[in-house]
Amino acid sequence: MKNNLHALWQLFFGDSARAFGSASVILLVLLAVAPAKNHFSQWRHYQKQYLHLIRGRADAVTLERHFQGGIQQIWIPEQQVTDRCTTCHLGMKEASLADVSSVAFREHPVIPHKLTEFGCTTCHRGQGAATTVEEAHSATEQWEQPLLPAKYIEAGCGQCHLENQTGTPFLNQGRQLIVSYGCTHCHTIKQGDGTYVTPDDDPPSLKHIADKTTREWVYAWIKDPQAYAGTATMPNYHLSDDDARDVSAFILAQSTPLEPPLQPVKADTKTPADPAAGTSLYGQSFCASCHAMQNAAGMMVGGNVGPELTGIGTKAKPEWLQDWVANPNHYDPGTMMPHYRFDAAQVATLTGFLESKVEPDFVANVHLDAATPEQVEHGKRLAVENGCASCHEINGIKKPENFAPELSRIGSKPLNQLIFVEGVEHSLPGYVAGKVRNPRAFGPSLKMPQFKFTPQQIDAITTALLALTDRAQSQPPTMRIASVQQSKYQPAGNAGQLMGDLRCFTCHMINGHGGDMAPDLTWEGTAVQREWLTQFLKNPETLRPALIRRMPKFNLRDAEINTLADYMMTVYQTPEFDRDSLPVSQFNPAQVEQGRQLFYSKFACQSCHIADYKNDKGYIGPALAATGKRFNAAWVYYWLKDPQALRPGTIEPNQHMTDDEARALTAFLMSLKSGGAQGAMKK
Amino acid sequence: MKPLLIAVYAATLLMAGCSRKSNQPAPLQSTATGTAIVESSGGKQIGYAGMLLDQPVVVQVNDASGNGVAGTAVYFSGPAGVSFAPAAALTDSSGQVTSTVELGQQAGRYKIVASTRDKSGKAIDLSLDEIALGYQQTVGAQLNTQYCVRCHDPESTPQRVSNMDNLSVKPHPFTEGDTLNKMSDADLVAIISHGGPALNKSPQMPPWGYTLSKSDIAALVSYIRAVADPPYQAGGLVYAQK
Ligand code: HEC
Repeated sequence: MKNNLHALWQLFFGDSARAFGSASVILLVLLAVAPAKNHFSQWRHYQKQYLHLIRGRADAVTLERHFQGGIQQIWIPEQQVTDRCTTCHLGMKEASLADVSSVAFREHPVIPHKLTEFGCTTCHRGQGAATTVEEAHSATEQWEQPLLPAKYIEAGCGQCHLENQTGTPFLNQGRQLIVSYGCTHCHTIKQGDGTYVTPDDDPPSLKHIADKTTREWVYAWIKDPQAYAGTATMPNYHLSDDDARDVSAFILAQSTPLEPPLQPVKADTKTPADPAAGTSLYGQSFCASCHAMQNAAGMMVGGNVGPELTGIGTKAKPEWLQDWVANPNHYDPGTMMPHYRFDAAQVATLTGFLESKVEPDFVANVHLDAATPEQVEHGKRLAVENGCASCHEINGIKKPENFAPELSRIGSKPLNQLIFVEGVEHSLPGYVAGKVRNPRAFGPSLKMPQFKFTPQQIDAITTALLALTDRAQSQPPTMRIASVQQSKYQPAGNAGQLMGDLRCFTCHMINGHGGDMAPDLTWEGTAVQREWLTQFLKNPETLRPALIRRMPKFNLRDAEINTLADYMMTVYQTPEFDRDSLPVSQFNPAQVEQGRQLFYSKFACQSCHIADYKNDKGYIGPALAATGKRFNAAWVYYWLKDPQALRPGTIEPNQHMTDDEARALTAFLMSLKSGGAQGAMKK
Repeated sequence: MKPLLIAVYAATLLMAGCSRKSNQPAPLQSTATGTAIVESSGGKQIGYAGMLLDQPVVVQVNDASGNGVAGTAVYFSGPAGVSFAPAAALTDSSGQVTSTVELGQQAGRYKIVASTRDKSGKAIDLSLDEIALGYQQTVGAQLNTQYCVRCHDPESTPQRVSNMDNLSVKPHPFTEGDTLNKMSDADLVAIISHGGPALNKSPQMPPWGYTLSKSDIAALVSYIRAVADPPYQAGGLVYAQK
């Protein structure tokens, strides 16, 4: 062995000439390593492949002219973007390469942004400065942010776009879920623009809960809220039977009676003279616009603004139902439910109807002995530990501050700050989705409760959370598109009080405040005639045949209707034009006839609207057969000219009418005075 | 000789690592076999790139007389990036297997395969097409739901009553490739922007060019192309197993 080595040494370094020769060769090889490494590097390989690909294509010359060899880089210092992705992804801007099967060389799918303005990693994450596939795409020891899987890609958009966007349905849905499931009762989320995400699930106060329901019901509910109503947003705390017993004991024990106290139910409302009266009053009052209830066929019918009512008779005590139906403000001044003006007989009818909606199975197996003081004490401890007061008002427990970790930057959380468990993918999206899916899997002592989400909802929520990045917080404000924030608008005076009592803002938007279930009323005073408005408030007719949600009948008194109508007609006026500027008396029969032609032929309005109940059938838009009684001509005219100018986002297409056409159509529509509150909707 | 062996071994390992075997779980023990595999539901869905399909895919294994066969192993497979949960299962008492499907990361059409074996061990395959929308087509899909679907889709839902019956000229659902594939992009843009009369058709198709932006209309066209059945030739990439 030793001899062999010696012979080798002699061979290469035996004399000075040999030594010099050998040393030069070694030096040369060493010098060549760097260029060779470069020469054989991955990206060169991709560039060669790309050239090979484009040379075989019809537009090879153009593509080759666009090609630039060497390391490419998109550098946008103010956004901290140094992206070399285009070194390998060479066809990003080549429309003719849309059909290439290799992702590496295909044109980037159409998006509203330029690569050169935003770079790649802004949306996709990954390590922009890297020049190998592995380092650019995957998590490495120095770089924890691998590429974001495609299913969460809308998280990229959400860093700047705080508003709802057409192209990001999952981000929108995830944000909506976070709001409607009340995540931010416990977790603070401060967005990049400084606004806080506020919940809208409106959990009830428990201060007077014993007036409303029984301990048995409370027990069954905390054990499994969704067993009572599939749509319930309250999560499951997986309490043991004993813990649920003690929490229910405490919840009932802390309850104080309402002031003034509930009245006993007078007659025997449960056996009404006319059993159908309840159903029809429930229908006439359009309770189903907000509340769902299972019908005889087992189908869930109704809206999801208020709680499901299928088992309300099992849940609520009769005297509470009676009180609530008569005036919900008594029990809950902050409720979204309007104060209907029911008379005593109607209250009794509805109370009886609701009492009859029972689900006895829900509490059938709950048998609780009277609570002991120790149980109540233990129940209180559990209520504090589980943060019940984060959502509910409870006597004797203050709302805890920062009950759960803040999530404002969860989308950039370093992995080494997270604790992973078996079965959860070792990545940020894996962690976030895992937490949303099954929080208790991360440790039985963890407090976050179990929500019931579908896999698709979990992906949507994860998308919304992943948008909460460092970048979202730190980027220049000019990059940000703010979310639409509710204004603080409150109408003044008597009318204002009345509108509050009727909860108009639960459904209607006025001056940027309110819901989006019903038309925006900001300019209602310009749009409609006073006569019509008073009639409508007295007896709301169906304006849109195809809608399930309808304006409820509140049984308003004449004086109340006058107050509302006066206020709306004077205050809710557009500054753009005068509602009286186009008197109907100007129109002549020829114009009306011309308008009729335009309605039925050129613009085919009957596709969506009914002008004449005998012949027209379209029901996407509101029926127009009583336009002459309902609207002001000027409103109709300006609406026809540019519907979106009067109501942004309306789906009525702008038909680009000439002034003459709009005037003729207005003349025709204003001549329609059939029907009205009653009769017209017989079909 | 030895290095050669090692090289072959390494290459095999590499190939095994690369070819996505994760879709191919351990074989299940069938207790019965059928003669055919058919779709019950879940084919031709319009989903989104990288995301779960709304509805699971349900297939049924039948015997010669068309009745479901219980206890037969069914395997799902698809092009790279498509995942199934479960990827393999035995048919239930009605002969069916249900699997949720997550599509690959790229927009396009995905061919997925449900496969079982007959008595002789021969594979019987059922191929299903699923559509994954990309960003632009997603915009189109949303605009379609907002502006177009009530006239163009004969189906009603509780939230949305179809208006098609109320029209004297019937529009086509956008999935009707037989009609829509014959229209050029320019024609589609023209009729959507300027309404039916632009192509000598009914004004019951309203003009949207003063309500929607150019890029909105391009998005609608790309959606219409993506969902066409039969597929539009230039409608994008088709992903199938190699
Ligand atoms: C008011 C009902 C209505 C609405 C809303 C509507 N369309 Fe149409 N559309 C029609 C009618 C009717 C036709 C058929 C015209 C004919 O064949 O004469 C049509 C035809 C078309 C055609 C030609 C192919 C076909 O179906 O015959 C396209 C493309 C089209 N519409 C796209 C759209 C798009 C995109 C939207 C939404 C932005 C939309 N439409 C909204 C009624 C409507």
